[in-house]
Amino acid sequence: MTSAQIIQLLQSAVCFGTVIMFGAIGEILTEKSGNLNLGVPGIMYLGGIAGLAASFFYELNNPAPNKVVCLLISFIAAFAAAALGGLLYSFLTITLRANQNVTGLTLTIFGGGVANFFGGGLNTMAGGVGQISVAATSSVYRANLNNVTNLGVVGKLFLSYGFMAYLAIVVAVAMAWFLNRTRTGLNLRAVGENPATADAAGINVTRYKYLATCIGAGISGMGGLYYTMDYIKGTWANDGTIESLGWLAVALVIFATWRSVNAIWGSYLFGLLFWVYLIIPGLGRKDIELFKMLPYLVTIVVLVVTSLRKKRENQPPASLGLAYFREER
Amino acid sequence: MSQVKQGKEPLLRIAKRDGISRPKAYGIRVIAVLLSLIVSGIFIFAVTKLNPIQVYEAIFDGAFGTSRRSWVTIRDTMMLLCIGVGLAPAFKMKFWNIGAEGQVLIGGVITAGIMRAYGTSLPTPVLLVIMAIMSILAGCVWGVIPATFKAVWNTNETLFTLMMNYVAIQITSYCVALWENPIGSNTVGVINQQTKAGWFPEVFGQTYGLNVILVLVLTVGMFLYLKYSKHGYEITVVGDSVNTARYAGISVKKVTIRTMAISGAICGLAGFIAVAGASHTISTSTAGGRGFTAIIVAWLAQFNTFVMILISLLLVFLQKGAIQIASQFNLNDYASNIITGIILFFILGSEFFINYRVILRGKKEGEAK
Amino acid sequence: METVAAVQLKNITKRFGKVVANHNVSLDINRGEILSLLGENGSGKTTLMNMLAGIYFPDEGEILVNGKPVTIASPKDAYDNGIGMIHQHFKLVDVFTAAENIVLGLEEEGKLDLKAASAKITEICDRYGFHIDPAKKVYDMSVSEKQTVEIVKVLYRGAQILILDEPTAVLTPQETDRLFDVMRNMKADGKAMIIITHKLHEVMDVSDRVAVLRKGEYIGDVLTKDTSPQALTDMMVGHAVTLNIDRPEPKDPTPRLEVEHVTVFDAMGVKRLDDVTFTAMGGEILGIAGIAGSGQKELLEAIAGLQPMQSGASIRYRPIGHPDNKDGVELVGKTPLQIKRSGVSLAFVPEDRLGMGLVGSLGMTGNMLLRSYRKGHGIFTDRKAPKKLAEEVMEELDVVTPSVNFPVRRLSGGNVQKVLVGREIAQKPSVLMTAYAVRGLDINTSYTIYNLLTEQKMKGVAVVYVGEDLDVLLELCDRILVLCGGQVSGIVDARTTTKEEVGLLMTRFNKEAAEA
Repeated sequence: MTSAQIIQLLQSAVCFGTVIMFGAIGEILTEKSGNLNLGVPGIMYLGGIAGLAASFFYELNNPAPNKVVCLLISFIAAFAAAALGGLLYSFLTITLRANQNVTGLTLTIFGGGVANFFGGGLNTMAGGVGQISVAATSSVYRANLNNVTNLGVVGKLFLSYGFMAYLAIVVAVAMAWFLNRTRTGLNLRAVGENPATADAAGINVTRYKYLATCIGAGISGMGGLYYTMDYIKGTWANDGTIESLGWLAVALVIFATWRSVNAIWGSYLFGLLFWVYLIIPGLGRKDIELFKMLPYLVTIVVLVVTSLRKKRENQPPASLGLAYFREER
Repeated sequence: MSQVKQGKEPLLRIAKRDGISRPKAYGIRVIAVLLSLIVSGIFIFAVTKLNPIQVYEAIFDGAFGTSRRSWVTIRDTMMLLCIGVGLAPAFKMKFWNIGAEGQVLIGGVITAGIMRAYGTSLPTPVLLVIMAIMSILAGCVWGVIPATFKAVWNTNETLFTLMMNYVAIQITSYCVALWENPIGSNTVGVINQQTKAGWFPEVFGQTYGLNVILVLVLTVGMFLYLKYSKHGYEITVVGDSVNTARYAGISVKKVTIRTMAISGAICGLAGFIAVAGASHTISTSTAGGRGFTAIIVAWLAQFNTFVMILISLLLVFLQKGAIQIASQFNLNDYASNIITGIILFFILGSEFFINYRVILRGKKEGEAK
Repeated sequence: METVAAVQLKNITKRFGKVVANHNVSLDINRGEILSLLGENGSGKTTLMNMLAGIYFPDEGEILVNGKPVTIASPKDAYDNGIGMIHQHFKLVDVFTAAENIVLGLEEEGKLDLKAASAKITEICDRYGFHIDPAKKVYDMSVSEKQTVEIVKVLYRGAQILILDEPTAVLTPQETDRLFDVMRNMKADGKAMIIITHKLHEVMDVSDRVAVLRKGEYIGDVLTKDTSPQALTDMMVGHAVTLNIDRPEPKDPTPRLEVEHVTVFDAMGVKRLDDVTFTAMGGEILGIAGIAGSGQKELLEAIAGLQPMQSGASIRYRPIGHPDNKDGVELVGKTPLQIKRSGVSLAFVPEDRLGMGLVGSLGMTGNMLLRSYRKGHGIFTDRKAPKKLAEEVMEELDVVTPSVNFPVRRLSGGNVQKVLVGREIAQKPSVLMTAYAVRGLDINTSYTIYNLLTEQKMKGVAVVYVGEDLDVLLELCDRILVLCGGQVSGIVDARTTTKEEVGLLMTRFNKEAAEA
């Protein structure tokens, strides 16, 4: 085990962690409004494919793509597509009061279908699997300071990532500030804890739930965008990785006990656990598969431990998963 | 207070229905299905430019165009139905078993393992019985673990069973790597291709006859179990109110664990049917997301296993049709997931109109906006 | 100022499905006045006020605030019109502090400043004479503290019209007195106040005017100084009633249940029952009185085998005809099923009928099955006997239902209770426990229930009746056990005691604690 290996492990953990951090932070916002959206994997798929498709067609039609436009067009498309997924979920669960679990799972099937269908289509148009090249856009996402500054180990560890890795941390901290320090955040938490109380306090429960779910979905979708643009360098692979990362994001929400700041280190820990086999010598390919189980096992342990401890502050939002209807009697 | 508008009544109001007649409820559902078919048709038209009639012809052709296609449709319907039947008792108990995918896989893995290991040493009937029993046990264990934590410490079962899926998927990946054949293919290949040891025998000359018989027996059995048995009654009571169950002397812990053992067992058996009765191999896509789709089937059927037959058939029919169209137009199979999503969204949304009625603002219509 | 009422309700009607909760109600509320809204359970008081608070929207009618017609479609609209309601079930977020709950939903400028809010809260408290700690979490608060937070929340929003829904139901007499003092302070400050209650002495004590609802209809209003409790009762129930519950002498009472040293802690570690000891006799009705939450629920559940008890507890059951059976059957440590299997026929009508006693999604037949589904060998249930029983109960107790398979959740409260009581009595019990058996029922159904209980008593059954209405306890029961803070504060003869005596016992330990 060399220091190069360790650095590589840590870098992999951060990249991987960033994908699930976006997913988890978005889901934390959603769950704080009382909506348990199991559609996170589907939403991340939607974000990934929309960003990729948007920049693909832009680059296809512009031989000399402008990098700023590349960035904006993919970013906006990804956020909008993911937020639309959230809107669909919101409409069904909030307005039509469909069951949240079932709706979320359907969204995951649907989002995965849409993304892989069009992803496959893009691959075909580009001439084969792994062939989509949105080189200009991907290079924007992958630009980092390490190459510029050349600070050695420090640079490799802290500066070798695309801007979205840092954006994820900023969003996580901003989310914590928003939830705990602003009026809107307070109101939102009340909606998730006790919608009848929030309603009686004059808070528009429906609007809060819609906005939190759609914006939350948009943020989750950034995970998909980061994955396609940075992690797999602007290609498309329908190997189900986004889906399994999406479920890890759902797991991370629990692991972080619904606190976005915990999601920062939690996501890197998940990344570390996932890639820890890299530094363990003598592992066969099959053994690696067993190691990849670790993040899920750790989440199960956390789930069990929080249910044993019963600390009030660590519990899920009290009305998580329930629809609210004012005139229910 | 002058800004408070006068005499304004909300444009739409929603009130709970007192109850709705059965034909009306089914009518609403049929309308939802028809709408979803139209939207699916539009989607297919948009990507293929087939005219709508051709679209539906192609779908039908894909699902029932040849005898082989029909049997594949039936086989896949039975698979989905089997998992749905397995989930029914758990959902009736309001236990959110999202872990069917993992329960199916773990049952499938153990089946494949036994098929590989004893394919040459045991005769097929014995092998089938052993595989069935072991797959049931495996699924059972996968169901009982989260159920026990739920029963004893009230650990959230939705998230627990979800995580168990991925543990099962990784175990499957491990076994696929372990049993790789040929080396480097990253698949297990068809097990016992020459000897067909441990494969379902043909029944009435049909390759998938045994699949149908097994699943239909389970379907009828589960219907009777839930509706008329003492266990079924206990499940109903626990699902309705845990306090009522305790009041009646029903051990909620026992019922929770027992019901999840049954639920997991049937899902495990579905894994056995998938491996021994259909694919004769194992991979992480053996369950193929059916564990999740079946949740929706079970929920929409409101735990009535006979209604599940219809919903499963509808979903598989459209999936097969979509795959057929996709291959004709050189598109990929994921089209079927899009169609599944569309149908399910419509059916989910339609439940609202069964439980609630929407009251439009009365005579003051003119003041709207 | 005097000319226009603060709030006017005109011809308000509200329906829930087929049930008419309020029919054509008109009512005025004035500034600087405390109005009591009086009516029996289910008379539509809360529904009417919920329309002022924006929880429900009226189907017909008009609301005027300060003479101007307004639309109150949401609680926010209510606040905008200066109306604030303190609900019976507190609308507070448990994991928030008092201050967070109070500023919740406000659209003030600037960022969330809990310090400034706390200062303003303290100022409001000082003005009207109560005390709360703004930084305390709601889940750490007593009921009275939570209520204070609710009131401050409404005042913080500048409400001029306050509605209090049964605010005293959960308070001790001392806390009630303090609340009334605050209300008088607010009245002096020019606020309009409505207090929903069915306790007549409180009406007489605190209000200036009384408005009466009966079965969703407005009966009329009177000035408090011009009326008497008897006159108000007449208005409330429609005709003068002394209850006149038929009460035969107990039939050779013999000890049936000997409860000794029962102590119960709840899941949060709070002591709910403290060394409770008493004997319930066969052939008599033992009433249990106490302020809500004094341990009544826990006591019945402990006997039914649903509450874990501290060691040292003993509940000994002596079968009919064997009063001298030294051993009897020990119930402590047994599950409900074990109790049943040891030959004890225990019937229990719990407070939460649909949540605990019945299966809401099943019909009457399915609910009859709850006590008998284990009968018979084999894995399937016998459906014939329960169907027959369901039809008998339907016939004898006049249960109104479309069919014995119609989900009981959709039946009215009275019918739900008849199904439950009918099933429990059909077990031919030797002990019958009921908790708030007539809550929410109309007078006729209530009498049906009283008669059924008395009938059981005359069959030699030990009846335990947990009630909230002291008049009923005094006329129905033979003895009354009073619980206070989980302790037995006294057991009195119902024929000779007075309401005052029982009332005093209900608050005995609280007073001692307050004085100590």
